[in-house]
Amino acid sequence: MPAALDAIAALKGKWPGVKDRASLDHPALDVPPADLLAVLSSLKADHGFDMLTDVSGVDWSVAASPRFTVVYHLFSTASHDYVRLAADCADDAAPEVPSASSLWPGADWHEREAFDMFGIRFAGHPDLRRILMWDGYPYFPLRKDFPLAGIETELPDAEVRAETKTGAIAAPMMGGPFVASPGEINLTDAEPRAKDESWTERRPKPGT
Amino acid sequence: MPVEHTFPDSAARNAQGEFETEKMSLSMGPSHPSTHGVLRLQMELDGEVVTKADPVIGYLHRGDEKIAENMTYNQFVPYTDRLDYLAPLANNMAYAIAVEKLAKLEVPARCQAIRVITAEMARISAHLLGLGAFGIDVGAWTVFLYSFTEREKLYKLFEELTGARFTTSYSRIGGVARDVPAGWTDRVVAFCDQFLPLLEEVLDLLTRNKIFTDRTVGVGVISKEDAIAYGLTGPNLRASGVPLDLRKDRPYSGYEQYDFDVAIGSHGDGYDRYLVRGEEMRQSVRIIKQAIARFPEGKWYAEDAKRIIAPPKDKILTSMEELIQNFMIVTEGPQMPAGEVYFEAENPKGALGFYIVSKGGGVPWRLKIRAPSFCNLSILPKICVGAMVSDVVSILGSLDFVMGECDR
Repeated sequence: MPAALDAIAALKGKWPGVKDRASLDHPALDVPPADLLAVLSSLKADHGFDMLTDVSGVDWSVAASPRFTVVYHLFSTASHDYVRLAADCADDAAPEVPSASSLWPGADWHEREAFDMFGIRFAGHPDLRRILMWDGYPYFPLRKDFPLAGIETELPDAEVRAETKTGAIAAPMMGGPFVASPGEINLTDAEPRAKDESWTERRPKPGT
Repeated sequence: MPVEHTFPDSAARNAQGEFETEKMSLSMGPSHPSTHGVLRLQMELDGEVVTKADPVIGYLHRGDEKIAENMTYNQFVPYTDRLDYLAPLANNMAYAIAVEKLAKLEVPARCQAIRVITAEMARISAHLLGLGAFGIDVGAWTVFLYSFTEREKLYKLFEELTGARFTTSYSRIGGVARDVPAGWTDRVVAFCDQFLPLLEEVLDLLTRNKIFTDRTVGVGVISKEDAIAYGLTGPNLRASGVPLDLRKDRPYSGYEQYDFDVAIGSHGDGYDRYLVRGEEMRQSVRIIKQAIARFPEGKWYAEDAKRIIAPPKDKILTSMEELIQNFMIVTEGPQMPAGEVYFEAENPKGALGFYIVSKGGGVPWRLKIRAPSFCNLSILPKICVGAMVSDVVSILGSLDFVMGECDR
């Protein structure tokens, strides 16, 4: 733990924009996107955080501003410490942070994933395209305004589309009993028997 | 009289266009036996040599992270089975520990020991499959038959413990689903005792096998620096000579009590990755035996967290307060504090990480799964270039990835 704390103190001294971030476990910092690359490379070169373990986007809800944050987890193979960095994207409509792929080639795929799922752009990324969804997919599925069930979409290949006459359809289980989000849906309404109106004792089955 | 042969100046002839070759593009997968699932490699070939390789992933993408945001913490446990579906017990444990970190919950020693035993059994099972599949990829069928026989014995033990062979869903937030059955630990020890000599026999089929060494030694070499830069973890990282094992370096679930060695390679090729996995199975047996030898008594779930852990069933059926508690946990989910945690566990494939953002309540706001197979595969464009097409098969086998985890 000391290595990470030393690093954090040094970074805060060097970049005034770098602030402590609330965290339940590892030392964490909020970093302005403008300083992000410099802070990351300083952590890598001067403080031994040589491994980028994870990059993930976070959507803080449609109404929030800043709406998108990119969270980095770095690990030191020498001191075995983690440190967490978070960079808020300034523009909610076109979120963007600098790419860390020049520092770690492994950032390439992580950033492609964050772009694919949240639409966060990484400036300077060599090949920013979708990774889990197909090229040309129109939505960003992990954004909070994207429904769990999905949105009906055309299949990517025109030939397959013409042949099968089908598309990627929304999941039929939306609002099903396994989806329990307290406060958002009424669980009684979500139960299958509540939807199956023809079977209640008050309403006779249609056709009888 | 000495016989001489002068070769024509190939550079000059190439300049005249005589040797000009055309690049061929080859799509390998998503349903190719050596891609172990649904990985597709879009390759560009110059003759038999790969000049460019672009892995196309996402064929098994189910949106696990989106699903996690829409259900309570306990409800997500079965989804963790389907990440690295070769070691569901290890995934269950990693997820449970991550959430327990968020809840600041300590589990009893017995629960920790059960988790360690099951996770190490899962490691053996996963490595056995990796070994068998790797063997098939490079033309050694027999290994697969042996390793699957052993996996079947492990599955019997899993079934006895969890009720399921494959999708175990054994961990709960703050414990495990049930205590070990009577006599189960003896049967695990009996398995270990007969497994060790058999493992040596299986490894002997490959270790000095001429065909196997020809296909793996010096193939898919990953340098120490590259392995760290690409975020490789697990056996693939250790085979490149980085002695990083989270069980040793950031011990969790009581791993610090057990005496075991971390296997590391020296060349970072496919053969080293095979050797590391073989040694890890021996070490797993050591850990399991130690854990069973000092198996602690006590509860297998934490009892002190009223708003997080569902009470025991007999209490729910007889006592009002426990009934209400169970009702609240089932409908609203275990109540977590707001905050962020990140936890990585040393899984068979590497470090499986969970980054949880909680705004309080029973549902995570964001749950990011850091999948080791995803990171391990990201190095493919680098190490496939310059390899023969047949080497690519060997490289994929040696990396031992699972697409369920890579695509999530």
